Amino acid sequence: MTELTKLTLAEARTKLAAKEITSVELTEAHLAAAKASDKLNAYVTLTPEVALEMAAASDARIAKGEAGPLEGLPLGVKDLFCTNGVRTTACSNILDDFTPTYESTVTANLWADGAVMLGKLNNDEFAMGSSNETSRFGPCVNPWKASDSDANLVPGGSSGGSSAAVAAHLALGATATDTGGSIRQPASFTGTVGMKPTYGRCSRWGTVAFASSLDQAGPITRSVRDAAIMLKSMAGHDEKDTTSVDIDVPDYEAAFTGDIRGLKIGIPKEYRVEGMSDEIEKLWTQGIAWLKSAGAEIVDVSLPHTKYALPAYYIVAPAEASSNLARYDGVRYGLRVHGDDITDMYEKTRAEGFGDEVRRRVLIGTYVLSAGYYDAYYIKAQKIRTLIAQDFKQAYEKVDLLLTPTAPSPAFAIGEKVNDPLSMYLNDVFTVPVNLAGLPGISLPAGLSSNGLPLGLQLIGRTFDEETLLRAAGVLEEAAGFSAEPSIWWTEA
Amino acid sequence: MSENKNLIEGATGSWEIVMGLEIHAQVASNAKLFSGAPTEFGAEQNSQVSLVDAALPGMLPVINEECVQQAVRTGLGLGAEIHLRSVFDRKNYFYPDLPQGYQISQFKDPIVGEGEIEIDLKDGSVKRVGIERLHLEQDAGKSVHDQHPSMSFVDLNRSGVALMEIVSKPDMRCAEEAQAYVKKIRSILRYLGTCDGNMEEGSLRADVNVSVRRPGEDLGTRCEIKNVNSIRFIGQAIEYEARRQIDVLEDGGSIDQETRLFDPRAGETRSMRSKEEAHDYRYFPDPDLLPLVIKQELVDKLRDELPELPDEKKARFVREYGLSPYDAGVLVSEKASCDFFEAVADGRDPKLAANWVTGEFFGALNKAGLQIESSPVSAKQLGDLIELISDDTISGRIAKEVFEIMFETGDDPAKIVEEKGLRQVTDLGAIEAAIDEIIAANPDKVEQAKEKPKMVGWFVGQVMKSTGGKANPKSVNELLAEKLGL
Repeated sequence: MTELTKLTLAEARTKLAAKEITSVELTEAHLAAAKASDKLNAYVTLTPEVALEMAAASDARIAKGEAGPLEGLPLGVKDLFCTNGVRTTACSNILDDFTPTYESTVTANLWADGAVMLGKLNNDEFAMGSSNETSRFGPCVNPWKASDSDANLVPGGSSGGSSAAVAAHLALGATATDTGGSIRQPASFTGTVGMKPTYGRCSRWGTVAFASSLDQAGPITRSVRDAAIMLKSMAGHDEKDTTSVDIDVPDYEAAFTGDIRGLKIGIPKEYRVEGMSDEIEKLWTQGIAWLKSAGAEIVDVSLPHTKYALPAYYIVAPAEASSNLARYDGVRYGLRVHGDDITDMYEKTRAEGFGDEVRRRVLIGTYVLSAGYYDAYYIKAQKIRTLIAQDFKQAYEKVDLLLTPTAPSPAFAIGEKVNDPLSMYLNDVFTVPVNLAGLPGISLPAGLSSNGLPLGLQLIGRTFDEETLLRAAGVLEEAAGFSAEPSIWWTEA
Repeated sequence: MSENKNLIEGATGSWEIVMGLEIHAQVASNAKLFSGAPTEFGAEQNSQVSLVDAALPGMLPVINEECVQQAVRTGLGLGAEIHLRSVFDRKNYFYPDLPQGYQISQFKDPIVGEGEIEIDLKDGSVKRVGIERLHLEQDAGKSVHDQHPSMSFVDLNRSGVALMEIVSKPDMRCAEEAQAYVKKIRSILRYLGTCDGNMEEGSLRADVNVSVRRPGEDLGTRCEIKNVNSIRFIGQAIEYEARRQIDVLEDGGSIDQETRLFDPRAGETRSMRSKEEAHDYRYFPDPDLLPLVIKQELVDKLRDELPELPDEKKARFVREYGLSPYDAGVLVSEKASCDFFEAVADGRDPKLAANWVTGEFFGALNKAGLQIESSPVSAKQLGDLIELISDDTISGRIAKEVFEIMFETGDDPAKIVEEKGLRQVTDLGAIEAAIDEIIAANPDKVEQAKEKPKMVGWFVGQVMKSTGGKANPKSVNELLAEKLGL
């Protein structure tokens, strides 16, 4: 790690503005770190030429006094965001070497504000997974290792490449997407900050769809402030996505007053799930104590339908996915495996193009939408979704925010759960309800497990109240004072 | 329910046909339903395809407000209920010309609900046909199978084009009614300007649901004949299909619910897929699109702006112009002919204009096999001709001659009249001279005429002959009566 890659996004921004460093230096340092990180398998496509060109342009703009809010800051991009002229695969074989001729709105917003693209980051295939093991490029590896084992651990998923790259200082920050926890759970596993904004806050245009009614882009960073900075640029109304909401994007950094006195924080009792480990329990209690001592009022609340969230999610998300992924048929782009006729071509292409987890979800989704099953599954799941949203609404009549653990465990070993989908799905038990209700949530590192792995706490806010969420997250971050870093083992030969 | 006079006789008794139609009408709009790509017909293959139409990764649909307004206008024109909230659903199936792998349509909550229209039948009666619903949906692209020995190509120009599916109630009982229904819908769409109604270009296609039953019994099992693309074929397909079903039933068989195709060359319908082979479309609300909410104010505004529709026009023509209901019906049935007539009649004798448009003009077009749009005679020219008749410049008979020349040359009537010297002789002295000459030369005929006043016709003919047909017939008659002492 060099002095330049140690910087947070906010620190780098200050140094660039003060012309203490150049974007080219900063970018070169991150490219060098990324190039030395093959063992992590975080980047699936590194774009040094693009990065250096953008960095040089940023330096020129800084010199002319025309710097944008993210000018010269090198970022990684989850391979789910379409990037103009740069291969975009969603880490699926079915997209082969698909190279978009267009740029997703979220990344276009970042580049318009001066950010520099380092490359594309690993993720679970089509963002389906909680461990980044379903990627066509192979698993991404968590930079953290347990103190009692040398086993390679998962970085969480689906945004494992984003969380690993940020944790290992291979980027100042990274874009990610969250359908059921895919930003927050990897952040929790890697000691990073992951923020999923309110559904509709960031445009979905140009981002490969998994489950349209749940997908939402957000940042993974090394501080809450960095998340605020990135989100400010990523967010905004987009006429090309009619589910994006036309509300002004506030200056999220202004939210960091450090004052949460009188803020009411709800503790949902249903999140105290059976078999939750002591250390997660302890971390949660500690989080409550920190907020309390900062002047917040702690209120016990009930979200009675929580236990139905995961089953409902695993109906709604696969249903939408089965339809969203129908376009990958070998006809127009991506992989085509020739067949005797069109049906044979479809079957061969999709069999070879999709991995096991994607196929599993396409099958589930197709099943729950089928005639005779639709009412029993899809309609029922939608009703549960409404009830879950009502639970939150009622809770927010009493409180301003909710505090929960992000994930029921620290990072686990690669291969440990890959053949046990149900146990894998349980990773998202605390994050999924937030997506079903479309609320903003943030995970920040709050402590270490007994074997030295990071653990995250999740704050959940009201719809479009990212500011209160960030304000409390800032206070919690300060109180937790999490400063542990993974030891750098991946650069060794 | 009134007694059905259109029963079909089978070997074992009479049968009644029951039909409902689904009409797919392409919305007249510059851009597609969910993308900004153009919709013009006949463009080079795959030249009107946006990223959305080709379903590239991450692309999202955005509703085209103009298409929504066209659907509302159509709903109002069909006298139907407008739903202020409707929902777009995905209809999922795999086909190479369906890039998304689903069609965005409206399943449970369409934009337009129940309505009713009147159809005019040949015997002069009027029948009401119920409209079940109208919904908006995307068209698919086109597979092209004849360009390569082993591969098919796909043209996505139509992919995403907005269609209105207009579903009737099963109210039709014979082929004529089904044909009249399609014609009426087409006419309403054209008056509204919401669909060009061009069946040859595929802007309007019909799926016909046909079943047969013994009069008074419950509905029989229906077969759906897909994509019939001309009014004539609709008639043929129904006649064939009804007869086929009757034959099956009378042979002791039963009708399988299935989708059939009409083969215009063989004049028969053929099974396309059975109920068992039917797709499970797995409809569900499209999560990329919020429910479509329209304001009552918009509906009111569109209602206020609606043009005069064929039924209202017909009533007005009868009332204001004194046209017969038949003539008025013929004129309003096609918007183009109605527009033409109104331009001809504007400021002129409407009855005379109607006679000319429905008589000489339509006759000439038919004979030449021309559409009104490609007529060599413009509405203004025909109107000028009618003015020449009305102000006695030429007689009706001469006018027919002039019209023939106009139709051949496209020249203005005034020019033809001048050049050919066809101006009517209204100079009484000249007519009188001609009469005197004929009387003088035919004393025997004068005598006969006194006995038999009908003989005056012979004198009229002679006068016309001697004046080259240009004498004003009214003056000739008056003068002859005087001179012959009749």
